[in-house]
Amino acid sequence: MTQKMSKFKSLKKTTKVDFATYLGVIVVFAAVSALQSGGSLTRSAIGLLVPICCYMSMAVSLNLTVGILGELSLGHAGFMSVGAFTGIVVSQSLLDSVTSAPVRLAIAMVVGAIFAAIVGLLIGTPVLRLQGDYLAIVTLAFGEIIKELINCLIIGHDENGLHFIFNPAGNKTVDDLGLSATGTAIIKGAQGATGTATIATFTAGFILVMITLIVVLNLTRSRAGRAIMAIRDNRIAAQAIGLNLTKYKLMAFVTSAALAGAAGALYGLNYSSLQATKFNFNLSILILVFVVLGGLGNIWGSLIAAAALTILPEALRQFADFRMLIYAIVLIFVMLATNNPQAKAFFQRLLPHRRASAEKED
Amino acid sequence: MTQKQRERAKLVPVSREPALLTERDADKSPVLECIDLGITFGGLKAVDNFNVTIGRTEITGLIGPNGAGKTTVFNLLTKVYQPTHGTILLNGKDIHDLNTAQVNRAGIARTFQNIRLFGDMSVEQNITVAMDTQMHYTMPEGIFRLPRFWKEERAMHERAMELLSIFHMEDLANAKASSLPYGAQRRLEILRALATNPSLLLLDEPAAGMNPSETAELMENICFIRDTFKIAVLLIEHDMNLVMNICEGIAVLNFGHVIAKGTPEDIQNNPEVIEAYLGKKKEA
Repeated sequence: MTQKMSKFKSLKKTTKVDFATYLGVIVVFAAVSALQSGGSLTRSAIGLLVPICCYMSMAVSLNLTVGILGELSLGHAGFMSVGAFTGIVVSQSLLDSVTSAPVRLAIAMVVGAIFAAIVGLLIGTPVLRLQGDYLAIVTLAFGEIIKELINCLIIGHDENGLHFIFNPAGNKTVDDLGLSATGTAIIKGAQGATGTATIATFTAGFILVMITLIVVLNLTRSRAGRAIMAIRDNRIAAQAIGLNLTKYKLMAFVTSAALAGAAGALYGLNYSSLQATKFNFNLSILILVFVVLGGLGNIWGSLIAAAALTILPEALRQFADFRMLIYAIVLIFVMLATNNPQAKAFFQRLLPHRRASAEKED
Repeated sequence: MTQKQRERAKLVPVSREPALLTERDADKSPVLECIDLGITFGGLKAVDNFNVTIGRTEITGLIGPNGAGKTTVFNLLTKVYQPTHGTILLNGKDIHDLNTAQVNRAGIARTFQNIRLFGDMSVEQNITVAMDTQMHYTMPEGIFRLPRFWKEERAMHERAMELLSIFHMEDLANAKASSLPYGAQRRLEILRALATNPSLLLLDEPAAGMNPSETAELMENICFIRDTFKIAVLLIEHDMNLVMNICEGIAVLNFGHVIAKGTPEDIQNNPEVIEAYLGKKKEA
């Protein structure tokens, strides 16, 4: 009986954390929505809402690759840009046929996710045969390649459908698309996408974060998630129990890319003008920082880190020149506090109830 | 395989006493046959002319001095290394073209000399992940928690608990695998191997680091596992007490060659084995 009780209690532990994560996101969404409709948020704060949701989703999806699968990927921004520009093209070309903005947004995000997943599959199939540093370097390169390829794209839309030009030499312009009089150019090469109808909303961002959470958390708690973690913990033993390494690694990588694509589509439709250079190596690193800071494999940690590190630079605007310095110092301190055993012990002394729960775990 | 080869490869002599288990039928349908198995690393023959046959429900031992090539044999059987010559027949089928994961699905499960658990996962997860190839629900079914997810997860949970009860480890189901004491980690690794439904279980030094009472319990458990699951066990072990007491057939390996095969009594009295372990007596 007592055995059953303890089994029941600890079985619920991961479920409890998951539900607390969902609940936390819902509560924060409700609170922020209330503040927004009450008019107590500044314009700059409102402008941050959708990007924060996108970054949260990016961080959680990257955590699937880095924290759960245990492979360092430095090209996550590449998948985001695929989703972003696919989403923009879909949304702009459906401007007349689908008049409802939320429906158009949903279609754009789904198509963005599918395209990012396809690119993820194409990249992942050869790349996941590598390990460790090599995989990191190759994903970094692919992220840059995707960025450069999108920089060469000219896409327009008229009543005959979509028109593409791939322009690596940089000698062609929108005029070469051969659009009819009613046609519009959507992506103009290095100029990026301009004149996009901004249909992204905070509610859509909230739904995106929730879907990302459900997909990642439920995947982690299913047989695929166990297999993925087993591969992370011990590759040789994972093979010895009959797991198909390539299949499960690809599953994690492609899911992660698809979610990044959906986040990218939302992000892209939040700005009337967007260049591919936005999705550079720095953005991949920024998202990796969210993941590492929040804790590898720790989903709610990624959410908080993404939100905090997006708000922090804005909040520090008054310190002008010292802004990035303070940002770096905060980063270092949080890293120390979460990863240093002595610092951990110090914080546990400060928080008696956490000490008790930590001892129970041992 | 010719009859002559079979005779040569037979680990347990045909003239053995009546088997302990009535369903024992080692000679008619062996679970594993190795024919002239060998591997060369550069110019070094790590294992050469390894001929061993293991019956369907036999407990067999592979012994020999350090560096004799015992673990290499395990790595050949599980295809961690591709043999450079010879054939491995598992349940009568050649496993030449299979990789490590496929060999496991075909029926060979193993433990490791240096424990390889999934350290950050719970004890129960370590076992259920090994049942992955027996589960059928797809990734979307897992994400959307459809009925098949719940049905299979519940069934796997129950089976994991059943397996854990063999070693009385039910209480530890939710503990982190890396937090277990050494002996419990070794036992968990055996359970994880069992969870893959093998027909042949390879144990690499299962009693290493265990005290005598733990070893005695382990011996009982290995016999229990064989009797319950009706599988064959091949174990590498340095604890002669364990080997001589539970193994029905023993092969002795030295410098990559099988120098003796037979029952525990044969092995104990074999001068070549004594020489391999203790060295040659100086001529007086």
